[in-house]
Amino acid sequence: MTEIHISSEEDITVALITCQDLTLGYEGRAIAENLNFSIREGNYFCIVGENGSGKSTLMRTLLGLQPPLSGKITFGDGLVQNQIGYLPQQTLVQRDFPASVREIVISGCQGSRGIRPFYGKKEKKTAQSAMEKMDIVPLANRCYRELSGGQQQRVLLARALCAADRVLLLDEPVSGLDPKVTAQMYNLIKELNRKEKMTIIMFSHDMQAAITFASHILHVGHTWFYGTKKEYLKSDIGKVYALMAGGERQ
Amino acid sequence: MTAFAEKIAMYFQYSFVQYAMIVGVLIALCSSLLGVTLVLKRFSFIGDGLSHVAFGAMAIAGVLNITNDMLFVLPVTILCAILLLCGGRKSKINGDAAVAMISVGALAIGYLLLNLFSTSSNISGDVCTTLFGSTSILTLTVQEVWACVILSILVVILFVFFYNKIFAITFDDGFARATGTNAGLYNLVLAVIIAVIIVLAMNLVGSLLISALIIFPALSAMRMFKSFLSVTICSAILSVVCASAGILISILAGTPVGSTIVAADIVAFGISCLAGFVKK
Repeated sequence: MTEIHISSEEDITVALITCQDLTLGYEGRAIAENLNFSIREGNYFCIVGENGSGKSTLMRTLLGLQPPLSGKITFGDGLVQNQIGYLPQQTLVQRDFPASVREIVISGCQGSRGIRPFYGKKEKKTAQSAMEKMDIVPLANRCYRELSGGQQQRVLLARALCAADRVLLLDEPVSGLDPKVTAQMYNLIKELNRKEKMTIIMFSHDMQAAITFASHILHVGHTWFYGTKKEYLKSDIGKVYALMAGGERQ
Repeated sequence: MTAFAEKIAMYFQYSFVQYAMIVGVLIALCSSLLGVTLVLKRFSFIGDGLSHVAFGAMAIAGVLNITNDMLFVLPVTILCAILLLCGGRKSKINGDAAVAMISVGALAIGYLLLNLFSTSSNISGDVCTTLFGSTSILTLTVQEVWACVILSILVVILFVFFYNKIFAITFDDGFARATGTNAGLYNLVLAVIIAVIIVLAMNLVGSLLISALIIFPALSAMRMFKSFLSVTICSAILSVVCASAGILISILAGTPVGSTIVAADIVAFGISCLAGFVKK
């Protein structure tokens, strides 16, 4: 059932995250077995698959919120697991949360503060530059719950930037956004990848976006696939899904 | 007006009135600080649940003839707070259901024990006092006042010190965990603080009305303000004002302290709703 394709194209950049023989699951029940892949500096790494295929388990494992059943994840080139910036899906609690944009963005610096209680100059600067990158400086004192879905998503992305300067992990970054805002969001992520040299790990079921933007694709489900986008489009599973994505668009 | 002021000045000559005022204001302050977080974390009813646990624990302490029942009530309440707040994701029972279960269970067991073993001739009177705190705030001893002052100062210091962390875990527990904040530890700290406040507050308003002290100021503040800091500060101020007003009115009008404070909180909530509406 599990089929692993190892990328044949030479990757020259440093491996930031390497997963070896990873088995994922809950309470001893494996959902996915023998996963091998690595995420390299500068990759736009898309993880696609149906609901219930183990995508969210893989995400929680990468973030260190849940241990793998077996196998190991190694972080290379000085990367620490805590330094993965995380863009979660919105929760119910957040929708009516009374907080200003500035408060939320700077809370991304919390992890690096340790026990120290208050934010210093450095954190304020980090937050400011993250807001500039996301173009939300004019919104800094606005209340989060009064923003549009796209603006809220940019606020959370700015917060993720405060927590990380190299790797971003995005969980369904465009869910609930309208087509225009979706396109803007994808552009923003592309810019981060190209200009800021951020490594992007995107969990999504938007196949069209994966095929358009990704450099590498990991397909989770009955069949596993890992490789560059080019290899994916040539593979059997990739052809099927690319066709479906194309069909959806028409 | 001068007659009114004189009457208040007269009452404030009595030490029990001074004590009631000090303790009332401090408890109102502490509970409102934590209230914002609890309401946002969807734990509004934890005050209710834990105060019933404290009530049950008091009944058990009475049966066991423990002289200083705080030594028993506080640890039991802290334990339950930790179970409720930190069990969260892993437990098979949802947060609200778990709170309801513990709340009703502790209340029933407490009343059962009081009925079976109590030596007092006026059980329903005793129960009423514990639940509604009708007179206990007026019979505080100096030691109790000092204990309350010290614990309150501790709560405020902890809250200020952990303010940014509390914000982070309230807004997004998952993100905080993923980016290296020890959310488990801070949830634990939160649980302990809440348990301490509730045990303290039982003396003031009794177990039934603690929820009001926690929820009302937070909700009122959220009607009017838009950042977490301003909501927290406004909630603290509102709560202190309402508690002071409630205590003064109850002394002057001879009404029960707890219910009067809550009534003041309700009025403040109404005004805040209006203010929030006008602001828009």
